[in-house]
Amino acid sequence: MHQSAFHFAARTRLPHQATLLSLMHPNRTLFEKQRALLRKAVPAGFPSPADDHVERRLSLDEHLIQHKESTFFMRVAGHSMRGLGIYDGDLLIVDRALPARDGCVVVAVIDGEFTLKQLCYTAHGRVLRAAHPDYPDVPIAEGTDFAIWGVVQWNVHKV
Amino acid sequence: MPRAIALVDCNNFYVSCERLFQPRLEGRPVVVLSNNDGCVVSRSPEAKALGVKMAAPWHLMREMAKRHGIIACSSNYALYADISNRVMRLLARFSPHQEVYSIDESFLELSGLPGDHIEYACHIRQTVQRDIGIPVCVGIGPNKTLAKLANHVAKQEISRGGTCDFNRLSASELDDLFATLEASEVWGVGRRTADTLKELGIHSVLDLKHASLHMLRTRCGVTLARTVHELLGRTSLELEDVTRSRQQIICSRSFGRLTASLTELEQAAIAYTTRAVEKLRQQGALADTLHLYLRTDPHRGEAQHEQASMVPLSSASDDTRRFCKAALYALRRIYRHGFSYQKVGVALGGIRPLQAHTVSLFTDDETERRSRMLMKTMDTINQRMGSGTLKLLGEGLEQAWAMRSDNRSPRYTTEWSELQTCRS
Repeated sequence: MHQSAFHFAARTRLPHQATLLSLMHPNRTLFEKQRALLRKAVPAGFPSPADDHVERRLSLDEHLIQHKESTFFMRVAGHSMRGLGIYDGDLLIVDRALPARDGCVVVAVIDGEFTLKQLCYTAHGRVLRAAHPDYPDVPIAEGTDFAIWGVVQWNVHKV
Repeated sequence: MPRAIALVDCNNFYVSCERLFQPRLEGRPVVVLSNNDGCVVSRSPEAKALGVKMAAPWHLMREMAKRHGIIACSSNYALYADISNRVMRLLARFSPHQEVYSIDESFLELSGLPGDHIEYACHIRQTVQRDIGIPVCVGIGPNKTLAKLANHVAKQEISRGGTCDFNRLSASELDDLFATLEASEVWGVGRRTADTLKELGIHSVLDLKHASLHMLRTRCGVTLARTVHELLGRTSLELEDVTRSRQQIICSRSFGRLTASLTELEQAAIAYTTRAVEKLRQQGALADTLHLYLRTDPHRGEAQHEQASMVPLSSASDDTRRFCKAALYALRRIYRHGFSYQKVGVALGGIRPLQAHTVSLFTDDETERRSRMLMKTMDTINQRMGSGTLKLLGEGLEQAWAMRSDNRSPRYTTEWSELQTCRS
């Protein structure tokens, strides 16, 4: 639509502009170049019948990120979450704005170190649970230097 | 109802950014050093408590740092800029009217918003802490100067909630408070002005508030008179919600070591020019002059050389190559053989928005179009693959002169290869 309108304008206006240019422009070569540019401006053609149906292409950012400001990426190191399909080297999409509910996979900080675990509310209080038989539950005892850094919303795994 | 302006200020912002991705730094004395690990630019409360002063030269305090276990980080501006953008965008939610004042401060208009302002301020603090992990303090006042002063008070007494609303205090309570604050804490009162004020017998904020406007205007200039006007509760500085496009873009750094080699100076000049023109394109602007500045180390007793040079371009541009040519021309003009140089700086002037640029019939449109496409391609590649992936060869492949940043943390939020890892 847009392109063909421009093409039309360029063609009809060319003769007037050409006269004007040749009168006032001392630099012939530059003038020729500009005229050539106008001529080759846009190829003619029918407007695409799909023009009316153009929609925005899907964006992974939009799909995976709920809160732009509070979402961060991290890299997994280790195997303790294999049972939940989170493998060594995977890419985590972590949102700090989400509440850490029972069963959420969280990035937690224990004694100043990042750790990836599932947060579980049990009869004996909260525990950090691995998804691997070799790793026991870590209870969050009173007075532990502990904080939830963010909630893992997605895991990106290379197939 | 008086107006209510809030100033939200991040607490020791650079240190807080480092702590976000290195939680083990929490509770320990941490400082962030300026470019080239020169001096202290941000201090954790623990470092402040040890008596570390702002702008203290790092090489003079290594001994003390060792003794007290002070941890020093080189500055990681890629990280700070990204976290700052997140904080500012988050804050924009809290008011229809925002002025981003600096990398870590933003004014918000609260007038007319329903509810209690202190509660709202607490809500802002908690949200920024939870969503981004950066601690902030909020000061509220009837104008920008008082909001900034209220923020200072809020910071002094973080234990009392990290918020302070001057609008809640009676005139006499406010004066009592002002009597305890030094005049130099007021926004716009620099060290020189503070000295002049002391000579005039003005020590506290209260003294300043009651000083004669006429006298201040003649002795210290009209800006200070405007500040005092605001201390009295009136408004003379409005919120500026449009980020002004910068009038000048500067890129200057000290070298990691002194250098006498013209080749190395040329590499630095090209690297800084490239960076400056990149910034220019980011803000969608053109420039038409280049300033280059060169100096030896003023702290050494040897013979000194310091000179600047300006090169105008034939037309406004945002093409790195044109500015680099100008930079090399300027450098060769002012370079003197036999000196050891410490610093090169590049500034772009005559900055105007791209839209204001009128395409003249007499310029070569084709060249300009190709230049723009090339620059855009370069920017895209550097954004995607990491800055410096594609550069002019003149920058040099190995930059022996490059600045020291022995302790820079990874660029956790802007480089795929430097993400924080999480043990599982």
